[in-house]
Amino acid sequence: MSIDTARPPVHTDHGGPLHAVRGFFRSREIPVAGALIALVIITTVINPRFLSPQSVKDLMLNATIVIILAVGQALVIITENVDLSIGSILGLVAFGTGTLFNAWPGVPIPLVFLGGMLFGAVLGAINGFLVTAAKVPALVITLGTMYIFRGILTSWAGSKQYFSGDNPKAFGNLSVDVFLGIPIITIVAIVVVIAVGIFMHSVRAGRDLYAIGSDRDAARLFGIAVGPRVLAAFVASGALTGLAGVLYTSRYNSVGALTGSGLELDVVAAVVVGGVAISGGTGTVFGAAIGAVLLSTITSSLTATRVDKFWQQAFVGMLILAAIIVDRAVSVRNARKLRVSESRDV
Amino acid sequence: MANEVQPGIEPPPPSGTPASGTPALSLTGASKTFGPVVALADGTIDLRAGEIHALVGENGAGKSTLVKILAGVHAPDGGDFEVGGVGVSFKTPADSKAAGVSVIYQEPTLFPDLTVAENIFIGRQPRNRAGLINRGEMRRMARDLFTTLGVPIDPDRIAEGLSIADQQIIEIAKAISLDAKVLVMDEPTAALSGVEVDRLFGVARGLRDKGAGILFISHRFEEVFALCDRITVMRDGRYIGVHNTADVTVPQIVKEMVGRELGALFPKVDAPVGETVLSVEGLTRLGTFRDISFEVKAGEIVALAGLVGAGRTEVVRAVFGIDRYDSGSVTLHGKALAPHNPQAAITAGIGFVPEDRRKQGLVMDLSVAKNATLTLRKALARFGLISGNRERRTAEDWSSRLQVKTGSQDYAVSTLSGGNQQKVVLAKWLATEPTLLIVDEPTRGIDVGTKSEVHRLLSDLAGRGIAIIMVSSELPEVLGMADRILVMHEGRITAELPRAEATAERVMSAATSSLEGAL
Repeated sequence: MSIDTARPPVHTDHGGPLHAVRGFFRSREIPVAGALIALVIITTVINPRFLSPQSVKDLMLNATIVIILAVGQALVIITENVDLSIGSILGLVAFGTGTLFNAWPGVPIPLVFLGGMLFGAVLGAINGFLVTAAKVPALVITLGTMYIFRGILTSWAGSKQYFSGDNPKAFGNLSVDVFLGIPIITIVAIVVVIAVGIFMHSVRAGRDLYAIGSDRDAARLFGIAVGPRVLAAFVASGALTGLAGVLYTSRYNSVGALTGSGLELDVVAAVVVGGVAISGGTGTVFGAAIGAVLLSTITSSLTATRVDKFWQQAFVGMLILAAIIVDRAVSVRNARKLRVSESRDV
Repeated sequence: MANEVQPGIEPPPPSGTPASGTPALSLTGASKTFGPVVALADGTIDLRAGEIHALVGENGAGKSTLVKILAGVHAPDGGDFEVGGVGVSFKTPADSKAAGVSVIYQEPTLFPDLTVAENIFIGRQPRNRAGLINRGEMRRMARDLFTTLGVPIDPDRIAEGLSIADQQIIEIAKAISLDAKVLVMDEPTAALSGVEVDRLFGVARGLRDKGAGILFISHRFEEVFALCDRITVMRDGRYIGVHNTADVTVPQIVKEMVGRELGALFPKVDAPVGETVLSVEGLTRLGTFRDISFEVKAGEIVALAGLVGAGRTEVVRAVFGIDRYDSGSVTLHGKALAPHNPQAAITAGIGFVPEDRRKQGLVMDLSVAKNATLTLRKALARFGLISGNRERRTAEDWSSRLQVKTGSQDYAVSTLSGGNQQKVVLAKWLATEPTLLIVDEPTRGIDVGTKSEVHRLLSDLAGRGIAIIMVSSELPEVLGMADRILVMHEGRITAELPRAEATAERVMSAATSSLEGAL
């Protein structure tokens, strides 16, 4: 016998594939993915055309923009902040893209993407700077910039609109052409999800964002550069929103003063439904992306099953509440499991 | 038998190591003010490589401020600061860490959502060739650290819900993994019990022998004298003096700390024991404690003793109604107390002073007055509105009775020192005039002067017919204060000792009953 018997024994079976499997089933993404699969199955049973190739392509196209926005928003929410100005940023970048094509029809398309992301990043940096410098909650700051950015767009655009017909054909084709059955812009979104997902899981700076969201004061004590990291999260969110803005111009028929308004709450909803806690520190961008797919699929599936449009928003609302309740239940259950498994035999 | 298992007491280290080392860290005449409050007037410390150096002083003596200057949290307003013989001025905690200074705080600062392993290695996780975090390696390194420390903590669990003792151990593992040249330990042992303290001391001596300079802050003199080579004394924000441990005695140090002689440390006076106030019958919470039965009578102080993790805090939390229990009953004044209902417990006359005052006892951003009267809102209200004047009067009454040192009742509690915060928590509960008071580690992290004030206060309350349950890990406190001692071990009560029969050996052997024959 040794002194160590005075302390509770712990599992020694961690490590290896078993550990990975256990972690997988405990993760917050599983319930959301399960809900998505159930939704698709039920809808297909009611209306078999829901899974026709064209319909699947539409589902993917509809989800693309929200996926990218949700990934950016997840970065910010994980740090216990929020960015409500993304709808306005998307509008500014989308209208800017239309203006650019109008003024310089031969502009190289990669340059348009670069310019859009840079524009978004600058707007995100304004948010990030205000949040970190003024030490005012991001909710208030970005509510302010949401109106400011929208005001700038309204006075810039006036009643003017740019239509997809005005853009180069190659640009519009990004939302039409497919590769291996997947639309090009959706592939862009998938690449974004994977890249940011790896960053958040396996790069030190990404883990810092979790630490900041988990306990900001502890992060500061530990020597994590809290301000610069939060600023970077806002810049990244802005850049991704910029990317989404350019893709929006490719995907949708027209862009104008109202483009993207109201989108911010849909995106926050997708992120929360996807298992990213609004209080920061937990959740993944994969979850946020699945949440985005789920919310955009619900709209399509309610249409496919001919549910009254009025019910659609209420349904989304119920889903948000369900996600929060499931999340809470899971964490309570895990806490109880830890208690029982780590206690000695009493 | 296990009589050899003594908490935290080992013979002093062989002298000869100190006094010859090179300077690891030196701070001379550092000052720091916060608005009108002078937190530090003359912070001076001379820490050498290869020594363990104690820093002692009463609450509000400026120790915590000094630690924060070393940690790079506060920049001093004046004074000289050198690390390894080189002048430094830390702007951020990162600067301090980069200079090889590691600080273990009194209150753990972990990330509740991250795993234990990540808490240790955040910002410097091991990486593979692609520059990505190698989680397998990180897990292995964490497990190795815990093996070195002799503590089985699962590196993959999240930090949320860990006991303070385990959180402290993770902090220590973190500092060890940083291979710090200077290790500052701000009351690391406050939440540890005997076995863990011995283990920590072993680690600290190992680090010292490898040439680290260790600054050790503690209110437990037996630890200071067992572990440390030299002692620096502070009082009222000023450096008073430094001594070789071998050349001084406890009374001398205490005298320097408080600037006056102290009376007896544990002044529990016999009070007439009245009727049964609380009776607990077969209380069980699966996986935590089982079949707990005991009574507390008016005027009696009953101590719950045992090692950290024995389930003492959990029992009193269940009695008060914070946690659910699976079976058993709690009866107060002959009436059954509703389970899982703290509001009912307060109404029935129970006061509860929790162990972790920062998280459970105080609202740190609220003023002293608001905190002290938090439990009294109904009594202070007129027509449903709380009167600020009455609030202030009540708060002032209790603050002055407990001698809370604060510039104003309106200052936020977070600006007070640890001992004064504890007094505010006590004031908050005493203002409700409870018939049963539960205190969990009432003097954890509190200096000698305040400690005896708290003890005198508890004794006084018992004398006025209040029944008191005191959870404590400090053996002298338990032996000095309690009329009866219940010893817990691994979720069960293993001994009930009246004051006359209680000895350190009997309490310790009951607290470690599964260890019989070991060592």
